[in-house]
Amino acid sequence: MTAGLVTVVMSGVFHAAILFLVAAGLQVVFGVQKIFNLACGSFYALGAYAGVSAVEWYTAAGGPPAFFIVPLMVAGLAVGLVGAVVERGLLRFVYDRDETFQLLLTFAIVLMLEDLIRMTWGTAPRSTSGLYLAYGQTRVLGAIIPTYNLIVIAAGLAIALGIGWLLTRTAFGRIVRATADNREMAEALGVDMRRVYAAVFTLGTAMGTLGGALVIPATAAMSEMGIELVVEAFAVVVIGGLGSMRGAVVGSLVVGVLRAFAIAVYPEVEMLVIYAIVIAVLVLRPRGLFGGGAVA
Amino acid sequence: MRGRIVLGLVGLAALCVPLVVPVYQVLLMLPFMAYGVILLGLNLLFGYTGLVSFGHALFIGIGAYAGAVLTSELGVRSLEAVLAVSAALGAAVAAVVGLLCVRYVKIYFGMLTLAFGMLFYTFLLKFYRWTGGDEGMRVLRPALLGLDLDGMPKTEYLAGPYYYYCLGVLVVATALMWRIVHSPFGLCLRAIRDNPVKAETLGVGVTRYRWYAFVISAVYAAVGGALLGPPTGTVDPTLVYWTHSGNIVFMTLLGGFASFFGPILGAFVFIYLQDLVMSVTPYWRLVFGALLATIVIAAPGGLMGLFTRRPTDAAPSA
Repeated sequence: MTAGLVTVVMSGVFHAAILFLVAAGLQVVFGVQKIFNLACGSFYALGAYAGVSAVEWYTAAGGPPAFFIVPLMVAGLAVGLVGAVVERGLLRFVYDRDETFQLLLTFAIVLMLEDLIRMTWGTAPRSTSGLYLAYGQTRVLGAIIPTYNLIVIAAGLAIALGIGWLLTRTAFGRIVRATADNREMAEALGVDMRRVYAAVFTLGTAMGTLGGALVIPATAAMSEMGIELVVEAFAVVVIGGLGSMRGAVVGSLVVGVLRAFAIAVYPEVEMLVIYAIVIAVLVLRPRGLFGGGAVA
Repeated sequence: MRGRIVLGLVGLAALCVPLVVPVYQVLLMLPFMAYGVILLGLNLLFGYTGLVSFGHALFIGIGAYAGAVLTSELGVRSLEAVLAVSAALGAAVAAVVGLLCVRYVKIYFGMLTLAFGMLFYTFLLKFYRWTGGDEGMRVLRPALLGLDLDGMPKTEYLAGPYYYYCLGVLVVATALMWRIVHSPFGLCLRAIRDNPVKAETLGVGVTRYRWYAFVISAVYAAVGGALLGPPTGTVDPTLVYWTHSGNIVFMTLLGGFASFFGPILGAFVFIYLQDLVMSVTPYWRLVFGALLATIVIAAPGGLMGLFTRRPTDAAPSA
């Protein structure tokens, strides 16, 4: 009984760790740039495919399976640089526009990235066969969990703490929070807005691509994975509150664990439960559980 | 005056299409006309009231699935009945959903509508005993104005009677919407869009009027959705997916949301351009994404904005 429960909870927490990365990317961008980035899911898909390619290349080059996570993470982070291209090439033209246009521009990015991924990697699902259990399995309270899941959960936790440290304890973080609070004032005090925006958007993108890369040993990469994940990330930020990092942590856990339970108990209601909660939160507490506006 | 001449010519051309144009192009007119109806409604919210719904596909799905259930499960084959039931269901659902949604504006309105859309999508996908899951449901050929046309070959039916039926619905829907936006009610909506606080001070019930606009636009989407089913003979949950909601906002922007006829033009260009691009490359999303990005950045007034320089009465929501 406990073993079954632990299995479900752990698979939920694993999913939550991945979801957190994407949702946190969404939050940091929304907090600073006030843009709701529908393309965060597409970045996640991009990271997943880049991860598959990197691991395939690594395996073909004869790298030891025990360290496959290194090329995986490097690829996930490196492809996050696409965020800088997107920000400088597209988004910077619409900062002064109505948010409808900003939202639609990110939708345009969703459409383009979906096809760019199809062009590059084809339409068939891609996976890294066999590496999922390269680290073996671990017994947790009687349940057998793939060790890889535990590594990802630890990585998610470390990144959450790292981002918290970055935003609250460093000069860069202070500038980012000041910009999120009051853009004009920050600019008047000499903050170079172009650099902050480019840096923040790249950071947000890299979190999404890293999330995509990390999920790869557990599931196959598919071209629709991005547009599917974005609605889950959306649920996370609504539940947690738009722009809040603590909200992203709590929201991911709520969505990840609830979904795992729904799948285990009554699969038909899987996402139905999540949307019902999203609607309840939006109606009763539209700013979410931790919403206030600012990042951190 | 010039506008009336253009409108008359367009109407005349639409009447002649099945007589002179190859049948394949005629069949493409069917989704165009269905989307025309949908977008007229969407733009009442988007262009005139300043609310962007990212879940409007919910109401398209209600109309489309109502048509499927009525024709293939309940044996109701009259298209008039299907449209009436779709409109009523659309209005009923929108009345409830709208009560919750119109309290919010901007991003929160968009998110809440998206959540409702995805809720319905998940229902359609998971409860396959009732909805056929991802395979969807069949839509049997509806009878038009009481005439049973089952004996007709399919393309002849679609390019003939069904074409004119859809054209009739589009014309009626356009005329009605014209009356709505040019009535005092339409003026109130624009006042709400431009300055809700001022509108409220002047005695306009802002929330109530937003709710009216939401329900009307949902009825249009449901009627248009019901027209989408018969040409393909099936409906499936992708009609309700959030990207479909995004696409119809895209069509509206493409034509120009600041103009009354902009969305109809947008639907027309979107459908035919999509067909053209798909005949050249399978990567139509890449082309359309680039097109959308270009419009957003360089020509937010859409195609109509390129034609007309005169500031129109509908402007972007602030």
